[in-house]
Amino acid sequence: MLTPISIDLESLNLITLSPMLIAICGALLILIVDLVKPKLDKTLYVMLTMLILFVDLVSTYSATINERGFFDLMLVDGVSVIAQLIILTTSLLFIPLALTASNRRFHEYSYPEYFALFLFMVAGFQFMVSSDNLILIFVGLETASLSLYTLIALHNTRGAHEAAIKYFTMGALAAGFFLMGSAVIYAITGSVELYEVANILQSKMDDTGLMLPVVGGFVLMLVAVGFKVSLFPFHTWTPDVYEGSSAPMAGYMSIVPKLAMVVVAMRIFGMYINLDIETISYTIIIIAVITMTLSNMMALVQTDVKRMLAYSSISHAGFIMAALALGTTKANSAIFLYYGFFMVTNLGAFAMLWISHHKSKRHHERYDHPFSKFSGMIHKSPMAAVIMGIFMLSLAGVPPFSLFWGKLYLISSVVDFAAATEETKYIVLAIIMVLNSAIAAYYYLKLIIYMFLKPADESSGIVYVNQSRALNTVIGVLAILAIMSIFYVQPLMEFVTYLVSASGY
Amino acid sequence: MDNILSVLIFFPLLAGLLGFVVNKNSIRVYGIAVASIEFLLSLWLWMSFDATHAGFQFVESIPIIKEFGISYYIGVDGISLFIIIMATLMTLIGIVALEIKKDIKNLIITLLFLEVAMIGVFVALDAIMFYLFWEFSLVPMLYIIGAWGGDRRLYAAVKFFLYTFAGSLIMLVGMLYVAYVYHSVSGSWSFAITDWYALVLPLDVERWLFWAFFLGFAIKVPMFPFHTWLPYAHGQAPTVGSVILAAVLLKMGTYGFIRFSLPMFPDASVAYIVPIAIIAVIMIIYTAMVAYAQEDMKQVIAYSSVSHMGVIIIGTFAMNAEGITGSVFLMLSHGIVSGALFLLVGSIYDRRHTKLMSEFGGLASVMPKYAVIYGIMLMASVGLPLTIGFVGEYLSLVGFFRVSPTLTLLAGTSIIIGAVYMLTLYKRTFFGPVTNKANEVLSDLNGKELSALIPLVAIVVWLGVYPKPVLEPIDNSVKALVSFMHEKAQTPEAKETIVVSKLKREAK
Repeated sequence: MLTPISIDLESLNLITLSPMLIAICGALLILIVDLVKPKLDKTLYVMLTMLILFVDLVSTYSATINERGFFDLMLVDGVSVIAQLIILTTSLLFIPLALTASNRRFHEYSYPEYFALFLFMVAGFQFMVSSDNLILIFVGLETASLSLYTLIALHNTRGAHEAAIKYFTMGALAAGFFLMGSAVIYAITGSVELYEVANILQSKMDDTGLMLPVVGGFVLMLVAVGFKVSLFPFHTWTPDVYEGSSAPMAGYMSIVPKLAMVVVAMRIFGMYINLDIETISYTIIIIAVITMTLSNMMALVQTDVKRMLAYSSISHAGFIMAALALGTTKANSAIFLYYGFFMVTNLGAFAMLWISHHKSKRHHERYDHPFSKFSGMIHKSPMAAVIMGIFMLSLAGVPPFSLFWGKLYLISSVVDFAAATEETKYIVLAIIMVLNSAIAAYYYLKLIIYMFLKPADESSGIVYVNQSRALNTVIGVLAILAIMSIFYVQPLMEFVTYLVSASGY
Repeated sequence: MDNILSVLIFFPLLAGLLGFVVNKNSIRVYGIAVASIEFLLSLWLWMSFDATHAGFQFVESIPIIKEFGISYYIGVDGISLFIIIMATLMTLIGIVALEIKKDIKNLIITLLFLEVAMIGVFVALDAIMFYLFWEFSLVPMLYIIGAWGGDRRLYAAVKFFLYTFAGSLIMLVGMLYVAYVYHSVSGSWSFAITDWYALVLPLDVERWLFWAFFLGFAIKVPMFPFHTWLPYAHGQAPTVGSVILAAVLLKMGTYGFIRFSLPMFPDASVAYIVPIAIIAVIMIIYTAMVAYAQEDMKQVIAYSSVSHMGVIIIGTFAMNAEGITGSVFLMLSHGIVSGALFLLVGSIYDRRHTKLMSEFGGLASVMPKYAVIYGIMLMASVGLPLTIGFVGEYLSLVGFFRVSPTLTLLAGTSIIIGAVYMLTLYKRTFFGPVTNKANEVLSDLNGKELSALIPLVAIVVWLGVYPKPVLEPIDNSVKALVSFMHEKAQTPEAKETIVVSKLKREAK
């Protein structure tokens, strides 16, 4: 006879679930509202989503850190809090952009399902970053990814369908690798809880023949992370998918899904790095170096701004992976700081692609956002050109704009590591990183040159339809954050470092 | 006024932002007014500067990122004081002489932003602040070259940006390394230069760091073989761009050597005197020869300016008070003289829309005032005694003579070759009959050009005859710097090479 299991509600510590529950309940609420009274305007849903995200943000911010809950599946540590804060802030800045679009061209925003799916996706990412259980991470990953594929496909152009299918195929492959990696880890240690895995591996480190399965599990995980974070050689989908999605969606995808996966990578690879398996950190660094260099080269020859930004965000991912391989507190804090600043600029830059478009559909053209579309923008729309220019300078790492501080701290963490371990190869890594920044400056400058220094093409029939109040507000906020970063670096750095070191990374 | 340095930095910034509101027909007057106020403020700085005090004055320090040791830390000493005044003066003169009509509002606002960056670089005492202004100065210059330049302006602008950007990023790695070493020694983060001065580094680390900083500064100076961006930048830049580039932006590199490399890495600096001096001598002779071969008047001056930067480097690495004082003074005189020469070339270009020497000849009879001013500036550039060019060049070479007579002799050829190409330029342009019909009707300098050039002529003669008021504060700070380097040096060779001047010891 089965003995009844008695579970104390206290021990579940349900409070750890509250941020995700808010997002999920919000999504259900939106669906119910639609069921009860269909054909409501999108403004209602945008505002509802924003409110839900806001409540979610507050509850995340006020969470007590280093709590476990729900049979120890949930782990709310500093890293998870900071990652959730970045994810929610990005979402809060992304959603108002839906108000901008005309219903005719961007009809996806007129479906309430869009917003419900969006909230489910956010909840998925939140689960992903606040657990060290491989199964729950996988569930979060799949929830988020499946919603994201649908969100891309809802854009409903040929490019969007192609992008969604491509992303889905690659994502499925990545999920498969993730599962296989988890299986290997389970086979070695008999656990899917990372903290237990770490303990068991530590005690077994001297066993002969263990290295092969350990490294094998790592490689499978690296492939999964590689697909999601778009590392070489698993990056090929990125430009196509970004190109097919709507511009703000592409900007969103360059930040949130990657950040969530980086946190997972930080948890999994951090465990290996703490075990001092040198091959593993070298592998990550080599892949990071190839990623940033190769994608920079590719970005140099792009003729479409959106694809250029896609390759640029791959190269930024390479930067982040290089810091991740170090595993020091400073490097890990630098990653979040970098993502915070990257969010400000990259979301802004992608949203800026949206403000202008060609009056007539140009079916014969391969690209939607060729560089020539931006030529002479300073004469037509000076404010927009200046803001886009600032975003580009920020991405290039020109002080005092936001990403400079992220870059500074990130490179500083590499230099510190080199000086502390007295290994010249990390100095070489730092130099490769700065040289890559110098190469990257070229393609960001190229856009600035088109905007400021080339004459405008009068015949192109470019109109600035989307320049609505909502878009202007969001871009304005992002631009102010990018310019004024010098004033809030200090508290941000303090906050991030506190949270990261509190959770032991 | 204790906060005068902050006022100097933020006044042009504020004025630039407010400038967006000013109507474009009135913007020129606005620009001149702002630049004059800024210049007067810098003169006020000189007046209230205590010339007998060698250390930093008007110091302000506000932490920006406390955990990471970055602060808004500024101050001025005898070395930077006059470069700041020169920067404000040349900006004023550049705006006064402005002939450009197209998008003049954008140009003037850009110039004001550039002024912020220039002043910032020379007053920053925090490495990150220095880097911040250093990098930020690229953006306005990129726009000036790219928007108002010649036919190949985009290529020139991008080349200028990328070269300097790449070099300074390597320097940034060096800075971060020094900061880490400081952190591991003292336990707290600091990017303040004055804190870094106290740091005695292991010799091998010092050598690597020296090259990291060297790369950043050498590209900016520009030293051979990194000089290739400069002829393009000068060739394509509008007159005001060339004036500021030659007068102030290039000085950032040589100033960086004096502010960072020498006091932070005295041993490495001494160890690399010979290779650097050889590079400098190559730079002097090679670019002087290239200058001789040019057909384009502006290119002659561009290459001559590189050649003279070589003498500044020689003086800096003399490692004694004479040489360094001389090189700082030469920075000033080079700024004023080459700035004036670029203005002169600009005014003939505005009349004839060509800069080729073969197009001219016999201009002295058509444009006598122009010929006189050109002649004075040319003599100053060559280094004729009783002009401003002589003092710095002489002191630099005297200083380096103590280190190596042979190399000094080679570097001294700069005066001879300089005279050759400059006088050839003068002969082909100004003397002989007027061969080209188009030149017969040229008007002489107008009031606007004269009002920009006559102050420069006055300075050239004044400081050539009586350089003491400027030399003295420079000399004070340089002597303090040299004796500090002498104390800090670890190897006996370095102690021997860094000669503390006798006067200083007696005073002690």
